[in-house]
Amino acid sequence: MNLNLTLLGQAISFAVFVLFCMKYVWPPIINGLRERQAMIAGGLADAEKSSQKREEAEAEIAVLLQDAKAQAAEIVAQAHKRGTEMVESSKEAARSEGERLKQSAQTEIDQEVVGAREGLRKQVGLLAVEGARRILGSEVDQEKHNAVIDDLVKQI
Amino acid sequence: MASNSAPTSTEYIQHHLQNLVFGYHPEHGLGIAHSGTEAAEMGFWALNLDSMFFSIILGAFFIWLFKKAADNFTSGVPGLLQASVEVIVEFVDTNVRDTFHAKNPMIAPMALTIFVWIFLMNLMDLIPVDFIPRLGEAIGIPYLKIVPSTDVNVTMGLSLSVFALMIYFSIKVKGGMGFVKELTLMPFGSSNPLIQAILVPVNLLLEGVSLISKPISLALRLFGNMYAGELIFILIALLPFWAQWLLSVPWAIFHILVITLQAFIFMMLTIVYMAMAHEHH
Repeated sequence: MNLNLTLLGQAISFAVFVLFCMKYVWPPIINGLRERQAMIAGGLADAEKSSQKREEAEAEIAVLLQDAKAQAAEIVAQAHKRGTEMVESSKEAARSEGERLKQSAQTEIDQEVVGAREGLRKQVGLLAVEGARRILGSEVDQEKHNAVIDDLVKQI
Repeated sequence: MASNSAPTSTEYIQHHLQNLVFGYHPEHGLGIAHSGTEAAEMGFWALNLDSMFFSIILGAFFIWLFKKAADNFTSGVPGLLQASVEVIVEFVDTNVRDTFHAKNPMIAPMALTIFVWIFLMNLMDLIPVDFIPRLGEAIGIPYLKIVPSTDVNVTMGLSLSVFALMIYFSIKVKGGMGFVKELTLMPFGSSNPLIQAILVPVNLLLEGVSLISKPISLALRLFGNMYAGELIFILIALLPFWAQWLLSVPWAIFHILVITLQAFIFMMLTIVYMAMAHEHH
């Protein structure tokens, strides 16, 4: 309990510890802490900035998307139109082709009919001449009566 | 124990409250005091070996631990040691910034040293009172007080250092005349020179008492708290061994609060005194 030299010893060791702490302990720790504070502040600012950027990008995306949608709609409409046109033209082509085929068939049929009629006429002419020859008993000179027969044939 | 026979309660308590004093005794010469009276007879030129030893060991431990944390300090992800050190440093730094507004690179490190060092010295109080003294006896050391802050020399050494810094910074910041004016022209002042002259001694007395009382109250507050706490641990240790925990455990738990609080108070008052020394009027 008595006051003695310990007092001075304590004061000296206190001074030594404080000086050591001041020189080698406090500055690195406090600087590190400040550095970290700055880092955190920077990180927060960066985060703020990037979220702002993201918002901007989102707005841009929305605009682009709208454009794209409009374009797509236009393309679809055009394609529809084009499709309709193509169908129409195909229909037209088919119709004219059908018409053409029908006509050519008709022409063929007509020709056949004419041909057949011609043949029949000739055969009927020949039959008539044969018939007449048999009935008359005399010879019908085909050469002589060709004109008559042709006339008859034409009347059939 | 001083004697080989079983000590009485009084002897036991006195033994526990006696420092290991090394000094020059008028009759026995240079050596270690073997009783309280011998220690007293050595007067001022003696050294409490146990207080010095434990306080320096604890101070060195503080410096070593914090230096280690400082050397490996990273502003990235901190390790366990760094995180704990950071908490303490931040705590001290916040207190210093809140109270001390002048620029002085010494105040914060000093506050940190005071806080941790005193905390560690107080912490020794939680080691059961007989453990280390018995160990010391076994190797021939008659007295061993392991809690340096229960030695008034230790707390006085700290508070007088703080007091010296107070005076130094007062004179450095305010000038010699400024400091004298602060002591003599306040709190009572007058525009009349005659009345002022009468008031000077009154002011000097008031301010002088308040100035001197600062280091004394600072030292005795810490000493008193720790000494009383230690004494109660010693008294509890007189109970039968199977009953001691009933009292020593609650007291130790309460003491965890006390040792932290006392370290904090000492630090805080030091900061306040330093702030006062740096204040201009």
